[in-house]
Amino acid sequence: MSALAVIRPHDWDIPLFIHILGAMILVGALTLSAVSLIAAWRTNSGSLTRVGFMSLFYGAIPGWIVMRGGAQWIAHKEGLDNDNIDFTWLNIGFTVSDMGFVLLIVATVIGGLMVRRIRRDGSPSPITTRIATGLVSLMLVGYLVAVWAMTTKPV
Amino acid sequence: MYHALLFFHVLSAFFLVSGVVMYSAFALGSPLDRATRLVAEILWGVGALGTLALGIWLALNRPEYEIWDGWIIAALVLWIAAMGSGARASRGMRPTADGSPVAVDRRTMFAHWMRVVYVVALLFVMVWKPGA
Repeated sequence: MSALAVIRPHDWDIPLFIHILGAMILVGALTLSAVSLIAAWRTNSGSLTRVGFMSLFYGAIPGWIVMRGGAQWIAHKEGLDNDNIDFTWLNIGFTVSDMGFVLLIVATVIGGLMVRRIRRDGSPSPITTRIATGLVSLMLVGYLVAVWAMTTKPV
Repeated sequence: MYHALLFFHVLSAFFLVSGVVMYSAFALGSPLDRATRLVAEILWGVGALGTLALGIWLALNRPEYEIWDGWIIAALVLWIAAMGSGARASRGMRPTADGSPVAVDRRTMFAHWMRVVYVVALLFVMVWKPGA
């Protein structure tokens, strides 16, 4: 795989670039969300809770779409998108990204409900802030494992 | 050895971009308190040092790469440019006492978005490796 990375054809570069850029935006937005939600948990700040939600909605979801689209494109280019292919690193990548999307949607919906409550009552619910923080942290751990799998490529 | 170096190099790049994403949120009007800015600064700093040190180590570790390859020189130039813009942008985004959003002046805003351009270009050079 190391040799493959070195001799990678140039027509794989654009899908790979899109895949990595999307993944970086996704992880960056999740990090911003986690930091904001942890700070909001500590201070009960409505504005930080709003940032935690908005970074999921405007950063993590578009980042996930770009990352996943790029992944499918590069997998197609490399011939890795058929049923006969069974690489551990690829399975880890697809599992983490697809389960991560479910968690992302759940966290975004919880975040949206929190923001609605802030508009109504002026302060976020501490319990939903903690649940959203936990989900976002779990996603970050998952994506850390995915980055490890994508770079070390265990067969 | 190669895989460990590559993993931590790529992880550093994720830290770097996470720092950029956090600073972009500050530039777009997100609340800027001491703790979140500190995290952004740590991510940016650790990511910058990690990408540089581990990137040079990787170039020395692999027989197919040389430190004076055109794409590695281009990456180093972009890294230096990103650090320059980043330092200017970070100076202009100081936390407020109550953690409220700050008004970012035009020079700081320009420096920050140039940092974004340099980092994206850096990623493109890393993937494309022109001349390799």
